[in-house]
Amino acid sequence: MDFMKKYITYIVLGLLALLPLLGLSSYVMHILILVIMWSVIGMAWNLLSGYCGQVSFGHAAFFGVGAYTAGMLYSKLGISGWWGFPASVFVVAFFALVIGYICLRLRGPYFALATLAMGVIFRIVAENLVKVTGGDLGIMLRERTWIDKTWYFYIILIVAAATYYLVRKVIESKLGYYFVAIREDQDAAESLGINTTKYKTIALILSAVITGFAGVFYMNYMGYIDPKVVFALHDISIITIMVVMVGGVATFWGPVVGAIIMVLLAEMIRSLPKLGTAHHTFFGILLIVIIIYLPNGIVGDFAKIRKLFGPRGAKT
Amino acid sequence: MSLLQVKKVSRFFGGLAAVKDVSFEIRKGEILGLIGPNGAGKTTLFNVVNGFYAPSRGEVLFKGERISGLKPHQICQRGMARTFQVVKPLQRMSVLDNVIASAFLRAKDRKHADEIALETLAFTGLTADRDVISKGLPLGKRKRLEIARALATQPKLLLLDESFAGLNPSELDESIGIIRKIKERGVTIMIIEHHMKVIMSISDRIVVLSYGEKLAEGTPAEIGRNPQVIEAYLGEAQSA
Repeated sequence: MDFMKKYITYIVLGLLALLPLLGLSSYVMHILILVIMWSVIGMAWNLLSGYCGQVSFGHAAFFGVGAYTAGMLYSKLGISGWWGFPASVFVVAFFALVIGYICLRLRGPYFALATLAMGVIFRIVAENLVKVTGGDLGIMLRERTWIDKTWYFYIILIVAAATYYLVRKVIESKLGYYFVAIREDQDAAESLGINTTKYKTIALILSAVITGFAGVFYMNYMGYIDPKVVFALHDISIITIMVVMVGGVATFWGPVVGAIIMVLLAEMIRSLPKLGTAHHTFFGILLIVIIIYLPNGIVGDFAKIRKLFGPRGAKT
Repeated sequence: MSLLQVKKVSRFFGGLAAVKDVSFEIRKGEILGLIGPNGAGKTTLFNVVNGFYAPSRGEVLFKGERISGLKPHQICQRGMARTFQVVKPLQRMSVLDNVIASAFLRAKDRKHADEIALETLAFTGLTADRDVISKGLPLGKRKRLEIARALATQPKLLLLDESFAGLNPSELDESIGIIRKIKERGVTIMIIEHHMKVIMSISDRIVVLSYGEKLAEGTPAEIGRNPQVIEAYLGEAQSA
């Protein structure tokens, strides 16, 4: 058991890396890719909102800026959208600094509302700056890099593994202690010599850049973006929050578990006849159930779930 | 040698002067008691010294440097730490993690921070509670955790805001012992306290505030004889 615990990360990573060798169908690969992409976004959000306590309702802004960085490198400069990975670091970090400068002076719900507004502003700007972004027409790649999904899978898997490693390192270091101290009590943190503005900004930039990576990947993978898709409030910002809430806020594996559940659930509900279009309703109900019964998410309240399934389950 | 100089400090909230023209000094190595009836402006004065509020007028010098206008974390980095009257533990962190978080201020790395934290816990007698989540600590220990956390930043000047309030007699003795040990380490202390017996026994000097103004300053014996102080306190006590 201890062995399992110590090497669980490597085991999971190894198993995932072997998956494409099974010759899975293109649809299953697509679902896997989405799950991993959402894990990345969830882990990024968790850093800022789970550990540092600055709850963001506007992560679509970073996702969208990442996606548009990749898309515009292709549509404006005619180079591969994959250059979006290095380029987005600077572009997303810049926008994160701007958003941080405006929003991070606010605390608690006010910060959340300000980020919500930011996400919406980014969408509206992207829709209306037609000369820059192409507006509602969006950006389409004339041809995708690969037809097969295997390489996309490995690319997002590498991004996810790197993100997981980074989050772990950060949380176990001074930065992590400072983030959590700020979450628990900002005044106490200040009086302990912690420059709360600085460390909140660091959390925001880390979180934003990682989310931007997911956006870059999305552009290259899907081959098409428009402002309504990548700057979406309910389909990106809110789902990001749900992924982490369902999985477990401020846990290492929570975002991964949350991503699996949310992506599978979305696919299942969408395939239901007639009810499919109401998938947001189901998500709303799920969120309420989670908040009432598992406020720490599935990973955070795992002990509670075990108890529920009786002594038989508790032994394993 | 004065470590801290408070020069004609005033702090207004709207039209109300919470602190008015207060001046005093803290000498290196002493324990200065700050007393006064409820609402006298003691905690406001703390917040001004510590940087949570900027003074409306006047200035505060620490080690000869003007610190008013600096942020609390900058003042803490210069060697001043505080506790809060209403304790502010980092609730969902263990006692040890609370202290590690503050030890990072002076630590070179994680290992060093752990060392400082463990040493501080031993010093304040909290070692047995190191793995307790601080939300679940009884009040007495939470007050002590405040002190431990402040100490882990290795301050030159420690501001204690009612660290004895609500303690039972045995906890009180323990805490007084800890304060004396802190002083022996060469840390200067300013302390707000309502418990007269405590303040009279541990302070080297006392400053009395009343309605935001400095009423008196002197040794505990002088303060005990001061008719104005007696009126401010006993006058209240009689009417109560």
